[in-house]
Amino acid sequence: MSATLSLRGVTKRFGGLVAVNAMDFDVMEHEVLGLIGPNGSGKSTTLNLISGALPVTSGAIALRGSPITQLPAQDIARRGIARTFQLVRLLPSMNVLENVMAGAVFGHRQRWGYEAEAVAQTMLEKVGLSGRGHMAVGQLTYIDTKRVELARVLAGEPRVVLLDEWLAGLNPTEMEVGVALIRALRDEGRTIILVEHVMDAIRSLCDRCVVMAAGAKIAEGTPADVLADPEVIRAYLGDDDA
Amino acid sequence: MRLTPTDWRNLALSGMALAFAACLPWLFGSYALSIGVTIAMYTVLATSWALFSGPTHYISLATAAFFGVGTYVTGIGIEHLPYWTLLPIAGVIGAVLAALVGLATLRLSGVYFVIFTLGLAEFIRQVITWAQNVSGTKGIYVLTSITEAHIYWQLLGLAALVYLLGWAIGRSRLGFALRIIGDDEQVARHSGIHTARAKILLFLVPGSVAAITGAILAPRYVYIEPSLAFAPMLSFQVVIMALLGGTGRLWGPLVGVIPFTFLWEGVSITVPNQTTLLLGLSFLVIVYLLPKGFVGLFGTIRRRMGSEGLV
Ligand SMILES: Nc1ncnc2c1ncn2[C@@H]1O[C@H](COP(=O)(O)OP(=O)(O)OP(=O)(O)O)[C@@H](O)[C@H]1O
Ligand SMILES: [Mg+2]
Repeated sequence: MSATLSLRGVTKRFGGLVAVNAMDFDVMEHEVLGLIGPNGSGKSTTLNLISGALPVTSGAIALRGSPITQLPAQDIARRGIARTFQLVRLLPSMNVLENVMAGAVFGHRQRWGYEAEAVAQTMLEKVGLSGRGHMAVGQLTYIDTKRVELARVLAGEPRVVLLDEWLAGLNPTEMEVGVALIRALRDEGRTIILVEHVMDAIRSLCDRCVVMAAGAKIAEGTPADVLADPEVIRAYLGDDDA
Repeated sequence: MRLTPTDWRNLALSGMALAFAACLPWLFGSYALSIGVTIAMYTVLATSWALFSGPTHYISLATAAFFGVGTYVTGIGIEHLPYWTLLPIAGVIGAVLAALVGLATLRLSGVYFVIFTLGLAEFIRQVITWAQNVSGTKGIYVLTSITEAHIYWQLLGLAALVYLLGWAIGRSRLGFALRIIGDDEQVARHSGIHTARAKILLFLVPGSVAAITGAILAPRYVYIEPSLAFAPMLSFQVVIMALLGGTGRLWGPLVGVIPFTFLWEGVSITVPNQTTLLLGLSFLVIVYLLPKGFVGLFGTIRRRMGSEGLV
């Protein structure tokens, strides 16, 4: 089986800092891949490289076998990679429905008019916001802003969804809702890269994990295996301040 | 998408307003007509400017450049071509120039864009001055039988076109893309919007419209020379008027143009040397008191009255 998304030797330098160092991994169709690692290990940067937010320094990224390494973000989005941001980004002058329509109109599957609106409504239902389309985004609770962003991402019917700490900052009750939501996406057969710090969520949601430390991949395998790996434990506990 | 009853009502109201405005040359004297020309000219320029700068937040100071090019199209072309062909030619040249400027600058940040557009008018002016020096000519006489009323009607027609175009863009995918870009360019890109392409396309509108406006107005000047056709003051006036009215609505700039034109007229007559001061003061008023222009002020008042149960 060939990979939906594959990274080969993907590297990003910021001046002297190697933020992402020769990353290699594949994501299979319908797979939820956890991308984990301590703070500053390069997870968000990796998502930025995949989504085209930043140009790669070297290496290759392919979506279903065709290279997307040098493409600008908008072309990558159109080919079917959609993402959320670590710090939620909504469109402040638009209501909830319009925010979601942005994904439906310009994403991987493009629609317009009533059709786009219908898709956006469906996505709002899916994330648990039905009937709130008319609300201003400023009126939303924190978890609801995250839901709107997720609905926008899903509205373009992407092939791969990149979630950057989508569960971060939620309180315990919200966390349950959030995990259930992502599990629902997983059960739909979505292909997802999940960047997370919440271990319980990683264990219950991910098929496989890639662990990063200081920009490089240090482990890969099932959540249970990698979380038991001594090198991973050492990276998380942090003896790198010596 | 089909038109709603509100759309029809707005169309009908705009049509009536236009018809009324078109009667001005018969109803009032020549002084009123000359004010009418000025208002129509600035309405066209400020509205088309706001179509681009409103959603993108790029401040263009290129109005004088496009306008000047338009006046020269008429100035040079009137000798060789029938008048009616000159306006579309000016429009196309304006659009091509705008596309070039857009390609060169719209990928850069807003600051570079402002400086570049300001420099553009100056650059073209210098080129034409140089060309005149080389060829030994001075200015150009534009002698036609076109009257002030003709100019006024042409500007009204152009204004109607600009409003229709703005309205159509607002309902289109391009309009939606631009609103997203205005809110968050990063989100726009990651949603699949070709942000640079959208901005360049939109920039063709003020470029083309300002060039046509210049072409329409050239006969009014009779004698055109670079310092008149490319006066940088025009670019600033257009920015101030559009911001004073507000760029959030299609009719916003008009609400800025009308009072500003009368104010400007009054100041030019009473204290002719203080127009730059007026420009500066207006700018301060906008920045400190009316950041969203009159449109924003109306919105606030309406909300206040609404919350007190008055509306
Ligand atoms: N645009 C940038 N310019 C310079 N350095 C950057 C940039 N973006 C990230 N970095 C650096 O790259 C390294 C990796 O950052 P990144 O945000 O990818 O980490 P992360 O794994 O997502 O961390 P966290 O869990 O805190 O979100 C950090 O040292 C960071 O300071
Ligand atoms: Mg991060």
